[in-house]
Amino acid sequence: MRKSLFAVAAFIAALPAFASTDVGVVKVSQGPVQIEREGRSVPATVGMAVRASDTLRTGANGSAGVTFADNSLVSVGPNTVFTIDKYRFDSTTHAGEFEGSLKKGKLAAVSGKMVKQTPESMKIRTPSSVMAVRGTEFVVSVEDAPAP
Amino acid sequence: MRLVAAAFLLAAIAGCAEAPPKPKALAPTEMVTVVPGPTGHVGAVVVRARDGERVLDQAFVAHRVKSDGSTETVAVTRESVHAIFAETVNALPGRPATFTLYFLEGKDEFTPASKAELDKVFGELRRRPAPDILVIGHTDTVGTLAFNDKLSLARADRVRDMLVGLGMDRERIQSAGRGKRELLVPTDDNVAEPRNRRVEISVR
Repeated sequence: MRKSLFAVAAFIAALPAFASTDVGVVKVSQGPVQIEREGRSVPATVGMAVRASDTLRTGANGSAGVTFADNSLVSVGPNTVFTIDKYRFDSTTHAGEFEGSLKKGKLAAVSGKMVKQTPESMKIRTPSSVMAVRGTEFVVSVEDAPAP
Repeated sequence: MRLVAAAFLLAAIAGCAEAPPKPKALAPTEMVTVVPGPTGHVGAVVVRARDGERVLDQAFVAHRVKSDGSTETVAVTRESVHAIFAETVNALPGRPATFTLYFLEGKDEFTPASKAELDKVFGELRRRPAPDILVIGHTDTVGTLAFNDKLSLARADRVRDMLVGLGMDRERIQSAGRGKRELLVPTDDNVAEPRNRRVEISVR
């Protein structure tokens, strides 16, 4: 009995309950994937909410995909570090801004309603550049140079 | 491995020209390209860096940053992009699916066609991991922007309540009102148009 109650509680906890600070939901998580938030790191599970300033970090066989509030989709491949620097979206006007940094690894993205309303409102930073997104699908990689 | 050897070779050559050779930290290599969507649509990304700005608007034309900091914009093959990004692209979440529902005139009840559409919503929910729903209300152009924003949100909230009544988890449904900003049938202002009075259900 106690066990089943615990199972129910765990199930409820795993559901994506929206908080006003939530900006997206993890829909895909394979292999080692961590979400770093406020100095803590937790395994990213499917259904977990992500927030602005979260960092997604994957290991050697890890990959993950997030659907954001404006329907933009972002996935990260193995050995990746991606930070959501800013995310704001108004579901009435579709105004907003989405800024993320790919520190290393691989990213694929499909822009959403925000970019449709305002081209270049989504920006992805790499160590050398800023990609301003006019639409719709693109891929980016940042790989460490071989040691000299 | 070959790159490492080349780096040593370069260092050796540089060493001959100007002694003493300085070990130089190599920057990460970068690559970006737009890729076609499921319908073949190709968008655009503007790459801004210290050496200027480039618009990438062709599929499989990549902008690359090499480890010495130099850049190039070159055509690459679909296969080479696939080889690098297959795992990443495979982790993209399913595209949101959208269903449009209409009310019977002046009633809180869906049209028969919309009831059938609602069954598809539940089918879609079963197919997705950790699904969530966004209910978006729309109005026609009769009335002010503020009035229609409020009306469309009220309509979306009502559909949200109906979905909860049908067994959906309230925590997994959000509602939004777009007012008269996104007309299905374009009209002038202050035109009654039933096809614009609708609710979209986005399953993601």
